[in-house]
Amino acid sequence: MSSSNNSIKKTLGVALALCIVCSVIVSTAAVALRPTQQLNQELDRKSNILQVAGLYEPGVDVNQVFKDKITSRVINLETGEYSEELDPETFNQFDASKDPASSRTLSGDDPAGLIRQENFSTVYLVGDAENPNEIILPIRGQGLWGLMRGFLALKGDGNTILGLSYYDHSETPGLGGEVDNPRWKAQWDGKKIYDYSDSEMQPEIRLVKGGADSEYEADALSGATLTSRGVTNMLQFWLSEAGFAEYLARFHDNTQGDA
Amino acid sequence: MAASDTPKSVLLSPVFKNNPIALQVLGICSALAVTNSMSVSLVMGIAVIVVTAFSNLFVSLLRHHIPSSIRIIVQMTIIASLVIVVDQVLKAYAYEMSKQLSVFVGLIITNCIVMGRAEGYAMQNGPVMSFLDGVGNGLGYAVILLFVGFVRELLGSGSLFGLTILPAVQNGGWYVPNGLMLLPPSAFFVIGLLIWILRSFNPDQVEKTEYRIVSNSKTKIKETA
Repeated sequence: MSSSNNSIKKTLGVALALCIVCSVIVSTAAVALRPTQQLNQELDRKSNILQVAGLYEPGVDVNQVFKDKITSRVINLETGEYSEELDPETFNQFDASKDPASSRTLSGDDPAGLIRQENFSTVYLVGDAENPNEIILPIRGQGLWGLMRGFLALKGDGNTILGLSYYDHSETPGLGGEVDNPRWKAQWDGKKIYDYSDSEMQPEIRLVKGGADSEYEADALSGATLTSRGVTNMLQFWLSEAGFAEYLARFHDNTQGDA
Repeated sequence: MAASDTPKSVLLSPVFKNNPIALQVLGICSALAVTNSMSVSLVMGIAVIVVTAFSNLFVSLLRHHIPSSIRIIVQMTIIASLVIVVDQVLKAYAYEMSKQLSVFVGLIITNCIVMGRAEGYAMQNGPVMSFLDGVGNGLGYAVILLFVGFVRELLGSGSLFGLTILPAVQNGGWYVPNGLMLLPPSAFFVIGLLIWILRSFNPDQVEKTEYRIVSNSKTKIKETA
């Protein structure tokens, strides 16, 4: 630590050299590792979709199974029609929800706490794309501590739930975090969303305390009132007219036609 | 630190005798946040070992050229760069783990242990000894993290490294998990108890009482006539 170290010239020189060296190291690491990271994210998303569809087994080749069994399509949430312009491979729903050109502001009527909602959404179909065995919808909404993101799997009739699973949430471990518990998740199988006896496409499905006793009700999480409320709100929102209701209606009409 | 330190003592004394968490009570914030399971604690421990060791090494290599007026900034820049590299590597090769650690890897930058060793040891000592000192202090941190993680995961989830030890009630077993153990405050109690145990065995770790609290003075009530 000689005094020459403290001259202005040396101070600036050291600062500049250090900044350049460090920024080169950091950017090299970021650029070199980006492909692996994106691969990981993609793999994570795909294995989550396979899990909720019940196609996942430990050790399977996720990419291969995904390619063989699942068709991705982009739909227009307002009309419920498939979009031909947007490629499901490249369409990024989360980016779209932030871009004013491809999303709308939810003012007032925003139970899921999203603030902005995209105009288009990706859906994943298992089996024949025209007459699928399963429909998997991405949903998200505010829980207690932050955004919860997950997938909802439905049967081909667009009304019977197969499973609900969250791949990203920050709920309290042991309380709200029990949304990951397989025993809690198992109860979703067979629940119904819409009651077609009244003509409105208003989702009936909700979480209730103290024991679910109809096919439109599921058990809330004990000790996690706010997380349960968040789950109910996001299901109600994404399955309403603002969400996938228009799109799901076509499957209902299909099945009616067959009968 | 005396100049007569042997490599072995530099490496091992921070683990038990001069532990950064248990004796110096540094780096508590991340110890509260990431210790609800053993595997997360382990990865966090390794990340801190790597960052402390290499930040000490680089600071020590540069110590004759660092102007004293900007030395803290220089140390911070080195530490921050290392932390970003570690974070990127975790995202690429241990994606599941980095999702669980989320923001806490980035917060290693603010871990007082890293900064404290860079300023307190690496600025005065050679690169090899500084590197060992970094590994030793990182190890001291990791050991405590693993111990706290062990207690919290066992009592909070009934498992260790994700393997069920005590079958929990919500999975059809008999053990009623202690929900408090899954929340950060429980780490305070565990670390507190641990410090108590350590100091009972090593009475010389107990600080001298610096002052004694005097009992409240009583105000005299004047009797009015």
